Order: sequence, then C-alpha cells, then structure tokens
Amino acid sequence: MSPVYIARVKEVAARSIGGEMMIMSARDSMLFSLNETATAIWQAADGATPLAEIVQRSVCARFEVDAATALRDAEELVEGLAQHGILKVSNLPIEETP
Amino acid sequence: MGCAIAQDVVIEIGAMPVLVRTSSPEFLQILRERYGGFVNSSAQPVFEFEVEIVRPGTIPTAIGDDEVLSVRFEAGRWVLERGDFHAELDPALHHGRIWQSATPYAIDAAFRIVHSLLLAKQGGLLVHAASVVRNGRAFLFAGVSGAGKTTISRLAPPDATLLTDEISYLRREADGYAAYGTPFAGELAQPGENVHAPLAAIYLLAQGTENRIDPVAEADALRAVLRCVLFFAHDSELVGHVFDSVCHLVQRVPVRRLTFVPNFRVWELIV
Repeated sequence: MSPVYIARVKEVAARSIGGEMMIMSARDSMLFSLNETATAIWQAADGATPLAEIVQRSVCARFEVDAATALRDAEELVEGLAQHGILKVSNLPIEETP
Repeated sequence: MGCAIAQDVVIEIGAMPVLVRTSSPEFLQILRERYGGFVNSSAQPVFEFEVEIVRPGTIPTAIGDDEVLSVRFEAGRWVLERGDFHAELDPALHHGRIWQSATPYAIDAAFRIVHSLLLAKQGGLLVHAASVVRNGRAFLFAGVSGAGKTTISRLAPPDATLLTDEISYLRREADGYAAYGTPFAGELAQPGENVHAPLAAIYLLAQGTENRIDPVAEADALRAVLRCVLFFAHDSELVGHVFDSVCHLVQRVPVRRLTFVPNFRVWELIV
C-alpha cells in the first residue's frame, strides 16, 4: 500500500482557542473544531511525512491507542477534512506552494 | 433640457466617513433624513459612492429577488447585486457606483457591505447584535433574530444610550474594542446614537424563566459570536481576517450568556 501524505491548505484560518483547535474554511466559511488527536495530526501535516509515521509519532506515542486503530481513524479524519477542503491528501509528498 | 447637478452628503458610521454623490435631490433628502445623526459634512471621506437613481425594473442586476445578495470580487472590483440594486466598488480607488431606485433600503445594504469590507482589514466587525452604552461602557447583546435584541434594548434604563438594536459596529483599539452607534435599526425602528464607548462585555442572549448570567468557554464564545458576524464576501484573505478578529475579540472581551425574562430588572445584572 502506498504511503499517504497530508498537508494543511493555506486558505484556512486556524487558531487554538480555549484549548480547542478551531479552523475556518475560507472557501465556505465553515467552522471546524478538532479534538486532541485530530489537532496533533493537523499540526504535523507538513506534506512530507507519511500519515502512518505521523500517527505513530503524534498519536500512538501520546495517546493510549493501538497503531492499527489509530491509523484507521486518522485515514477517516483526513478524508473528511480533505472533502471539506481544509487538508490536501496525496500518495506523493506534497510540495509547499509559495 | 434640464441639467441635474450632483450633490453629495458625507455619512460617518463607526468613524468611517463615506461620501454619497447623487444628482437626485429627492434621494439626497432621503439620505439626510435616514442618516440624520450620522451626517458629517466636515469629515474627510475614506470611500466615495456615486449613486445613479434608475426606475424600478431597469436596475442592471442578474438577481431577481430583493432578499438574495450576491457579493463577488471580479477584475479588482467588488460587485454587489440584489434585486433592488447593482453596485461596483473599487477598493484601490476607494470609489464605487451604485444603480438603484430612490429608496434607502439599497444604500443601507450597500453601506453594511462596504463597512464590513473596510473593517475586515482593520480588525473591526459588524455583529448582528444590539449594543448600549451605560456609565461610559458599552455592552453588546448578540443573538439571531428572535433572541431578544430589540427586547433588551426596549428594557434599557433611561440613563442608557442605545447604539443599535440590530447591527453593532466594533472597532479594534489599542487597548481593546470600542462599540459605535449605527443607523441600522431593527424592530425598534430607531437609529442608534452616533457615539462610541469601550466595549466592556458581550452577552449572548437567551430568553428564559429567570434573569441570570453564566460564563461561556472561549471556544463556545467563538462559535456563538462567529454566527452573529455579518460578512458577505467569500474571499479567503478577508475571511481569515474576520476569523482572526473574532478570535482576538473573544480573548480580550468577556463573553457571557444572559438568560432573561422580559422585564427591566434584567438590567440590574448588567454592570
């Protein structure tokens, strides 16, 4: 199975408010609130690190969850965020556009 | 053949003077009456509008409904359209043109949009909220239609000054936020006073069986205030500015939930 890479979309505004990561899509002004694990994945989405490695480093190492479950949940999460246009997903590393 | 001479009036809302020029004396009179307390002929305008009065039915708009508003950015200009007006604004030239019939409703909508666009880059906001000044401090009461904005405004004590019962105008200042009066009235059908004061608190309105104030977590405050912000443009840069402004606002100004029964005693809690 080919690795999955994820990168934050630039056209969103994200702020941590009261311990919650709040993200607003500039495309449709929708507001998203991420929980702790989703925030960890969002913050690590650099386009260069495979999702499995992000999950291992940022989720399994910090939260009590097994790797397979964490990866499955992460894949669902990134698919949902990608559908809303706030995360890019690719099977190749995602280069940052200026 | 007669020759109409253009005349203008400067309407200053939120310390943001906007000049409106028209060759229609009738429309000029409508503006002076509607925005009476906000006319300031000596102010230096930050934006100028040319208003062309056209017959109803001949407005160059693709929108057939007076309730549907379209705001888009095209070739360096903002294009605003509703069933009763078509406007084009050039932010670089600080100049716009509007085609409308001789009623105040279209220019009122255009003003709200222009102010929301101008404010966005300055950290200011238009909020669907009533606001009132008491003892030199402003209090904002936010809520969707029916939440009680007009009711809380009606119940305000005699020493309170109404800024608006419908659209509040907030500007970021060095040490917080200031609320300004606006002519944008709700059910009260009464323009606010053209004064401003430091914003002391934001109350999220809920009608209930007792008067009480409850704390609101920052993230919940952000969600609630965002729902009440008036912003019309789907522009990523400006949406980002508005989001940042609301985040900043809820971190700087206390946000509380105000549950109230509609009687004047609720104002005993507003301090």
